[in-house]
Amino acid sequence: MSGRRDLPALAGVAVIAAAVLVAAFAPALAPADPVRNRLLDRLTPPMWAEGGTARHPLGTDTLGRDVLSRLLYGARVSLVVGLAAVLVAGVVGVAFGLVAGYRGGWPDDLLMRLGDIQLAFPVLLLGVAVTAVLGASLGNMILVLGASGWVTYARIARGETLSLKEREFVAAARALGAPARHVVARHLLPNVLPPLMVVTTFSVARTIIAEASLSFLGLGLPPPTPSWGAMLDEGRNYITTGWWLALFPGLAILVLVLAINLCGDWLRDALDPRIEKGIG
Amino acid sequence: MRAYLLRRLVHALVVVWGVVTFVFFLVRLTGDPAAFLVDPTATQAEIEHTRRLLGLDRSLAVQYADFLAAIARGDFGQSMQTRRPALGLVLEHLWPATAVLAAAALLISTLGAIPLGVLSATHRGGWLDHGSRLASLFLQSMPAFWLGIMLILLFAVELGGLLPAYGSGSLRHLILPAVTLAAAPLAQNVRLVRSGMLEVLGEDYVRTARAKGLAERGVVYRHALRNAALPVLTVTGLSLGFMLSGAIIIETVFSWPGLGRLIVQAVPGRDFPVIQAGVFVFAVIFVALNLVVDLLYTALDPRVRLT
Repeated sequence: MSGRRDLPALAGVAVIAAAVLVAAFAPALAPADPVRNRLLDRLTPPMWAEGGTARHPLGTDTLGRDVLSRLLYGARVSLVVGLAAVLVAGVVGVAFGLVAGYRGGWPDDLLMRLGDIQLAFPVLLLGVAVTAVLGASLGNMILVLGASGWVTYARIARGETLSLKEREFVAAARALGAPARHVVARHLLPNVLPPLMVVTTFSVARTIIAEASLSFLGLGLPPPTPSWGAMLDEGRNYITTGWWLALFPGLAILVLVLAINLCGDWLRDALDPRIEKGIG
Repeated sequence: MRAYLLRRLVHALVVVWGVVTFVFFLVRLTGDPAAFLVDPTATQAEIEHTRRLLGLDRSLAVQYADFLAAIARGDFGQSMQTRRPALGLVLEHLWPATAVLAAAALLISTLGAIPLGVLSATHRGGWLDHGSRLASLFLQSMPAFWLGIMLILLFAVELGGLLPAYGSGSLRHLILPAVTLAAAPLAQNVRLVRSGMLEVLGEDYVRTARAKGLAERGVVYRHALRNAALPVLTVTGLSLGFMLSGAIIIETVFSWPGLGRLIVQAVPGRDFPVIQAGVFVFAVIFVALNLVVDLLYTALDPRVRLT
């Protein structure tokens, strides 16, 4: 199973595992308190640059906080928001999709039109609008990102349900008098989930970027909670005096999202034997 | 065809109605829109006054009907910061600033994608092919705003101000934001043109064209590319949407005076009329774009069934 083609995905899994461990054990791993200011140490460059010190391997920010520690803690926000929002989107989307596909008729029309309306709001636009009203918080961010993601799930789950509904094992269950709830939960749901695995992987990747974007715009968690997007927002104002502030959080996002996308690519190819090597 | 057009149009109108309804309920989510629609420093008495003035003490249904009527007239109220009509303000920022930025990015990402995609396909496995695959993978994995910051770091700081970091007014100001916005869609389009071309190049009519002794350039660009254009069209429609929503953040990075930056800046000041008008205009453009892409798609490919 493991060949040259699987290497990128294996590397991806390793990076994701490392990120999860870092997020879980941030307090033990971080060299300093991520929110403690030390103005005397402000804007210390990374240790290999001139003026850097081993006490702050990746330097300090404008308030003298340790950048590496903030990066480690920032992984928590990215992972928690990324996973929770996709979970919300997945649960709501699959439920809507199953109902729409199984019932048909007006519930189908209603839910699908609702999806069209949802898609008229790009995620950042929805984020701006909702945050302006409800304020910035972890819950609201998960809500916004989850709300933006459900339509994809609903459309795929609906499509799968429509074709499964005609299959013999489903017809048999219905003919035997199984209630709709049983048919949906026992026969449809387990068959709808596998095709959604690839979507889920890419959704987590996109959601992490969206979370960083919202935080960058000041619509994420309130300071001083360290999040990669908010760190970039602080860093861009000091781009001439502290290049490291704008560089490292972006690299962290890139590495994590790249790892997830590599796993997604691998999963897509593995689940779809029609994809020829080299095309796509 | 006419029935199809009509159906799609009605469909789009339903979505716009949904957008309007969302905007209506948005400020009512917290229960007291009056508190949002007045100055943050307003006293309780002033809030009461506004509530009566705006008719917020009436039933929700009456308010909703009024709101729909006002929007039909293009009336979103006044911006609280500038005291000017919100819709006018939004449209001023949409045109020309955001429109120019999105158009420039669209131009780069589609026109650039065609030769690069064709070359990646005809030289499959070559350095351009590998390069475009890597670029697409990386660009999809990084936030566009970070790419923007890095480009500023490179072109405006390290290279001693080769290009301006922010502001607007000249073609040079447009380059960095447009390239930032275009980068990810460009890479994606290159891959799409490539896979479209690879599929088409194996078709019988391409073989026939070759067998007739046509020059390879004619075969590739005249026979194959035309048939690989459909997926590019779809993606162009999608990337236009991406560019509009990307504009929200990229305009903020480069201080580009467009609609995206206007909306973001309206948030801390809780300038709700501007946010409502901005969200409405954005969403309507989105719906209109999707409609146009769908219709173009059916017009260009007779195989797409008109159902």
